[in-house]
Amino acid sequence: MMNKIWGAFIVLGIVFSILTNNVELINNEIISFPNEILDIFLSMLPLMIIWSGIMNIAKDAGLLDKIAKFMSPVFNKIFPDIPKNHESLGYIASNLTINMLGIHNASTPFGLKAMKSLNELNKNKKVASRSMITFLVLNTSGVTIIATDIIAIRGMYGAANPTQILLTTIIATIVTTVFGLTVDRIFYKLRGKKDGFD
Amino acid sequence: MDLIKISNMLIPFVVLFIIVYAIRKKIGIYDSFIKGCKEGLELSISIFPYLIAMLFATNILVKSNLLDNVFSFFKPFFDLIKVPIEILPMAVMRPISGNASFAIMIDLIKKYGVDSYLGRLAATLQGSTDTTIYVLSLYFGSIGIKKIRYSLWAGLLTDLMAIVISIVLVNLMF
Repeated sequence: MMNKIWGAFIVLGIVFSILTNNVELINNEIISFPNEILDIFLSMLPLMIIWSGIMNIAKDAGLLDKIAKFMSPVFNKIFPDIPKNHESLGYIASNLTINMLGIHNASTPFGLKAMKSLNELNKNKKVASRSMITFLVLNTSGVTIIATDIIAIRGMYGAANPTQILLTTIIATIVTTVFGLTVDRIFYKLRGKKDGFD
Repeated sequence: MDLIKISNMLIPFVVLFIIVYAIRKKIGIYDSFIKGCKEGLELSISIFPYLIAMLFATNILVKSNLLDNVFSFFKPFFDLIKVPIEILPMAVMRPISGNASFAIMIDLIKKYGVDSYLGRLAATLQGSTDTTIYVLSLYFGSIGIKKIRYSLWAGLLTDLMAIVISIVLVNLMF
């Protein structure tokens, strides 16, 4: 699937720019791309490292297990395939919590750890399991309670009330998340069993 | 605004809470932090290729102006269902790359004003969903998942819902 998406983006982009006589835009893009990507990588690198460090302290102190236990009544419903108190639940909970606070790059280490941990439960290591897909949907629906970065930007550009979008964001994120979980369930019922992977 | 204060306090509070909790559990916090940082560094380097791949392809697509042209072509249709076409490039980029859609959001805010309809819509859209394709390629790529099953469709449908609900909410509430 990634082959198709990735290829389509590049082929469509370049072919269209040739057809519209704008190929120099793509040329400039390819030349300046290294600087741009390095900027992005360097700006998220320290954040990811720091949160990995903090996550490790939380893990060593047994805090992740605590969170997993605390969240287990909810998680048992959302992730019926994950055994109670499994390590992955702690990572999932932490990932979602940090997303709720709107610091998305910081949540990546937790998300990757959660996936790795979910893959240990997975029967076929090359095929996405039901729990992985549910976690992915929760992640992509982007459960955000406080969109820290957006509030900051709105403040920067002189909004009369930077936090004004909080209410719309929260309602939107809740509706989207409930919808996402429902869609995930429906897909699983329709296709999951037919696929025969879990 | 008090909510800004609260949101500014949250992260320091989380860090403080974890550190104090670990000290009370008599954990060697410094060594634990360093060990985690090392893992984080390895992790960051291992996801770098996924980041490059995704942004490279997205940037080429965005810079080609293909999306803008497609949307202009369908403008009468989008007018009919009361969707401003200015938001569409951002709506399409939102599931693909958080950085790209964030950049488009800032452009929209600069161009139309932070408290304009489009400015609010862009901010709501950015906050209400996350990057399906990026997260998918990164999370599944890092553990070697080859068959992603129905995850892309579930994720993209969710994103579509985010776009629809953002437009509806901003229309209703402002």
